[in-house]
Amino acid sequence: MTNLSDRQQLSYIASQAADARLNVELETEGMTLNIGPQHPATHGTLRIIARLDGEQVIWAEPSAGYMHRGYEKLTEVRTFPQVTTLVNRIDWLGSFANEVPFILASEKLMEIEAPPRAQVIRTILFELSRIANVSLFLGDLGVQMGAITPVFLAFRDREYVLNLIEGATGGRFHPNFDRIGGLKDDLPKGWIEETRQTMVKLRKFCDIIEDLLFGNEIFQSRMRGIGIIPADVAKDYGLSGANLRASGVDYDLRRDQDIAMAWDKADWKVWTHPDGDSFARCWVRLQETRESCKIVEQLLDQIPAGPIMTKVPRIIKVPEGEAWVSTENPLGEMGYYVVSKGDLGPFRVKIRSASFNNISIVPWALKGVYVPDIITILASLYFILGDIDR
Amino acid sequence: MSDATDTDDQPPALPGDGLREGIVDDLRRRIGDAVVDIHISPNDDLWVRVQTDAWRQTAEALHAAGFTFFSFLSGLDWMPSPYGKGEEDPTAEPTEPDTEIRQGVTGGDTRFQVFARLVDLDRHVGITIKADVPDEPFAVDSWTTVFAGANWHERECHEMFGIGFNGHPDLRNMYLPTDFEGYPLRKDFPLLARMIKPWPGIVDVEPMPVQDEPAEQEGQS
Repeated sequence: MTNLSDRQQLSYIASQAADARLNVELETEGMTLNIGPQHPATHGTLRIIARLDGEQVIWAEPSAGYMHRGYEKLTEVRTFPQVTTLVNRIDWLGSFANEVPFILASEKLMEIEAPPRAQVIRTILFELSRIANVSLFLGDLGVQMGAITPVFLAFRDREYVLNLIEGATGGRFHPNFDRIGGLKDDLPKGWIEETRQTMVKLRKFCDIIEDLLFGNEIFQSRMRGIGIIPADVAKDYGLSGANLRASGVDYDLRRDQDIAMAWDKADWKVWTHPDGDSFARCWVRLQETRESCKIVEQLLDQIPAGPIMTKVPRIIKVPEGEAWVSTENPLGEMGYYVVSKGDLGPFRVKIRSASFNNISIVPWALKGVYVPDIITILASLYFILGDIDR
Repeated sequence: MSDATDTDDQPPALPGDGLREGIVDDLRRRIGDAVVDIHISPNDDLWVRVQTDAWRQTAEALHAAGFTFFSFLSGLDWMPSPYGKGEEDPTAEPTEPDTEIRQGVTGGDTRFQVFARLVDLDRHVGITIKADVPDEPFAVDSWTTVFAGANWHERECHEMFGIGFNGHPDLRNMYLPTDFEGYPLRKDFPLLARMIKPWPGIVDVEPMPVQDEPAEQEGQS
């Protein structure tokens, strides 16, 4: 076409002008979107305030504090054995794992160690808490993207694990089973055999979830390449657990520290993923659930005979000093900095919970993403509200 | 994990701890006299107290030395609680309240301290850094420029202890309402629930049956 007729030119100019007017009239204004405090993706009451430009997030900030219970203050008016009751409620999906680092820190200050049998049983219960916690995560993952089936499977199979925890400790959610110097009770009769059978079921659950979700095209397109967190940023923000390992950092406190637990007695693998995206975080958690089943199965064969409680005074006074112990909890590094002044109760306890750091990256991670991705990124970071607010 | 190269797992070289002493020497080279006091628990843990002015410089030096993982940052109030510990026997004679301020490991001169923990993910070694917080100005430098994760921890510490952080972008409250008065984690902030109804505390402990039964049997026979 060599020449446009005047008429065509005029109509072209007119349409351009109309477009420009329309653009001025429809100038996208910043919009503030409130997600939560009540939202299925938040596992509690987290509120995310996001400022949007069209479909894109330009600024986001989580607003925590809807469930602050002040455990650090409350521990100062409790005796050492009473503190486990409180810290059970921090990460309520894997309660037993919360008790262990505090007990280990107290034992470190008292310079005692639990007998080998107690250490192995502790490790088994610790890993069972992880399975109960992460299996719910794997099921919940589908719900964020509209898939309902996985969550029913997760609730069914988690129940098997909770039954085991209840069988051993008497509490489904808050076992309060760990004691300074050992454990409250020994394992009940038949528990070991039942655990072995349950682990087979849980392995099957992992296979089903992998089939249902991880191979799913929608899941992959919603997860792959979304919410990428490079290793440097992850370390800067103190991300821990699967979130850190999904960024390619090979660090697992179960393996990488000398601690009075039985993880070194089992043969297992620390999984990492080089991508650092939402998919990697979920995939690492799936593999970790399998590894946990492996650890439990191996340790069930190696429970040594002997006492479950070492000799401790009836009224526990912890000598003056400071100790830091952290363990690789289902959500990440959970640690207690315990300061004792030689009294019945701790002088100060600083609780380092994994979700607090894992969620502090949200303003960074959500910058520039699209609205539907907010939910998948939050879900893949995986947090428990009690673990943020403490 | 048999192939783990874990420096902590090496056979104990008591009483010295070459790895942690090396870290302290390296830190001294980097920040000089700012290291006030150190405490090494052999093959276990390491504490370093630095001068308040060098708080941020220490973070930069340790970041350069390989401590790239930020674990936590918080405050300490070393004053014993004027309200007691809440575990006293209510029937006993009230004792003179303890008012002596004793700082923990690595000592100190002030009532408040900030402390933080960094981890070297390659050598698998952690370090706890402390610094005094003087009354005037009641603040230390912010770590947010070195570790982005310090942002929330400093907000929490400011809210709970009132410690200021120079250069922090946004010291809003995290948990409490904006108009909340007082700093809850300070020892002189009363825990009202405990004030109203004292905890039965140690008298709550019932005698353990295994220890009491033999005595009863002896008495009966």
